[in-house]
Amino acid sequence: MDIHEYQAKEILSNFGVGIPQGALAYSPEQAAYRAREMGGDRWVVKAQVHAGGRGKAGGVKLCSSDSEIQTVTEGMLGQKIVTHQTGPEGKGIYRVYVEAAVPITREIYVGFVLDRARQRVMIVASSEGGMEIEDISAQQPESIVRATVEPAVGLQEFQCREIAFALGIKPGMVQQMVRTLLGCYRAFRDLDATMVEVNPLVITGDDRILALDAKMTFDNNALFRHPQVSELRDKSQEDPRESRAADRGLSYVGLNGNIGCIVNGAGLAMATMDTIKLAGGEPANFLDIGGGATPERVAKAFRLVMSDKNVQAILVNIFAGINRCDWVAEGVVRALREEPVDVPVVVRLAGTNVKEGQKILAQSGLPLIRATTLMEAAERAVMAWRSDTNRNPNLKVV
Amino acid sequence: MSILLDRETRVLVQGITGKMARFHTKEMLDYGTQVVGGVVPGKGGETVEGVPVFNTMKEAVAETGADATLVFVPPPAAADSIMEAADSGIRYCVCITDGIPAQDMIRVKRYMYRYPKERRMILTGPNCAGTISPGKAMLGIMPGHIYLPGNVGIVGRSGTLGYEAAAQLKELGLGISTSVGIGGDPINGSSFRDVLEHFQNDDDTHAICLIGEIGGPQEAEAAEYIRDNVTKPVVAYVAGLTAPKGRTMGHAGAIISAFGESASEKVEILAAAGVTMAENPAVIGATIARVMQ
Repeated sequence: MDIHEYQAKEILSNFGVGIPQGALAYSPEQAAYRAREMGGDRWVVKAQVHAGGRGKAGGVKLCSSDSEIQTVTEGMLGQKIVTHQTGPEGKGIYRVYVEAAVPITREIYVGFVLDRARQRVMIVASSEGGMEIEDISAQQPESIVRATVEPAVGLQEFQCREIAFALGIKPGMVQQMVRTLLGCYRAFRDLDATMVEVNPLVITGDDRILALDAKMTFDNNALFRHPQVSELRDKSQEDPRESRAADRGLSYVGLNGNIGCIVNGAGLAMATMDTIKLAGGEPANFLDIGGGATPERVAKAFRLVMSDKNVQAILVNIFAGINRCDWVAEGVVRALREEPVDVPVVVRLAGTNVKEGQKILAQSGLPLIRATTLMEAAERAVMAWRSDTNRNPNLKVV
Repeated sequence: MSILLDRETRVLVQGITGKMARFHTKEMLDYGTQVVGGVVPGKGGETVEGVPVFNTMKEAVAETGADATLVFVPPPAAADSIMEAADSGIRYCVCITDGIPAQDMIRVKRYMYRYPKERRMILTGPNCAGTISPGKAMLGIMPGHIYLPGNVGIVGRSGTLGYEAAAQLKELGLGISTSVGIGGDPINGSSFRDVLEHFQNDDDTHAICLIGEIGGPQEAEAAEYIRDNVTKPVVAYVAGLTAPKGRTMGHAGAIISAFGESASEKVEILAAAGVTMAENPAVIGATIARVMQ
């Protein structure tokens, strides 16, 4: 789960990390009021969206007057911001963060991630802050310093000092840097984050170390023990279909194709999407309905997939193990009788009692297209989609 | 032979009184697995499917002589249960539980390393379908009848995609020595590399099938190990060619967040290490049959 910059900063600040003075606003008037409250003569208005690369996309603006803040905020709120991280549809701006501008002398990159190779938490830091870490590692790999956290004892001060000295922090400020790094680490550890990124971490003209931008991502599997983190969820930043699916215990990711997929198991779901692509089609979604494949789940899945208006054919691919094919077939038939869909549906069942399952589908009287192998299923789905599209000239052809 | 479990393996089920655990305990017993007990704190003295339940792992191991365990405990307590198993002298643990916090797994892995290698528990999973040595024993939730006994070792992240491969092999009359699910989580007990080492040292495994997916460095690590150490033919399939970057595809670990983690990059890395790639999931079985000729 992602959170907004202002939320991440508030959390980090509670763990002893310095942040510039700032306040949240939902309207241009509020933004100007917040700035006046704060004092000073230069402020930065920052669009709050769950995506990096805001600056280049016009989501961060320096202002030096009330009226400028109002104009800038008005221009942002309600707009969509499109960055390389949002996809072409962009993310809506519904709140802005107004921050007192600070005099910056240096920008540093600091990130805490799960290192999957070492299976530990790793700190990545670079003297080249402000750039994205991918670009830093491509262009200035020598500027990157890393440290791995020993899980039994946590991050140690000496490790923070080593990083501070490697980044060339002047001796008088090393202790402040140690506090900053330890604060980020404790926030990561105590709240079950999977990523904390402070970019840039800045050194100001008056020798303060401040998190100028901050991003935090949390482990969805650990939210059960952090209700205060769950409360920070902002559904306006999520794909509505994905949120709805997640709330119903289905794992769904919307894509840009036309062939909807209903599959059990994440690996098989990805494999099904890949096979559709190989057969010349484009998958509309990833959807794992889980091991059970109960009739209720199948019905929910059809509703979810059909809520994507781009879907022009559906491929159901279920490998029935413990749950038998005949039972899954009954679920599919029942779901389609209760709520018929107006696009071709290809069903491929495999595993236990496959013949009985096929028989139920065949005898249902529903216009289902059946397939035996995964490749055959994908080819038939693509074929059905093509012929259906030809019959309906108004539909978009990708 | 087979790896990790066979007819002699004596199995405990942690969380055996849950609905799902009960069901699969029966399935495992029917398959011929020696399920000798279960552990649920506070339910010691009960029986499930004719199997005695104990309060603690140490007690269960002492009473039954068990050397393997299957964890069905819900996510908040699963890490604790795995550590309890590690401390009880169990040799092999499979964790089925999906949804364990990543930092809990980091602590579990660290805890397991307290023990010297000869006494260290092997963990596969979490978030996997389990391990099966066909015709011998099953430690998991898979449909046992789709696996023929034979000489192909399977190791994969995904449950149903593993079933797909096993079913394709059966269709071709090819059997399996052992099939191991390493699970879809970012921090897991055993890596592809760990399991490959077992298969390389197993005389009954003549060919290996690796089923990978997007996310994480373990396929690349496996490629390096195969290049330097594996003399048996290896076939691999990597799922997720159409998966977008930065999105979690069902499995907590199936997310492309760094260089080398996409399916196409993994395919390239594995192929360069001499692995025969199955171009699509429908030809995994046929590709294995080809390399075994």
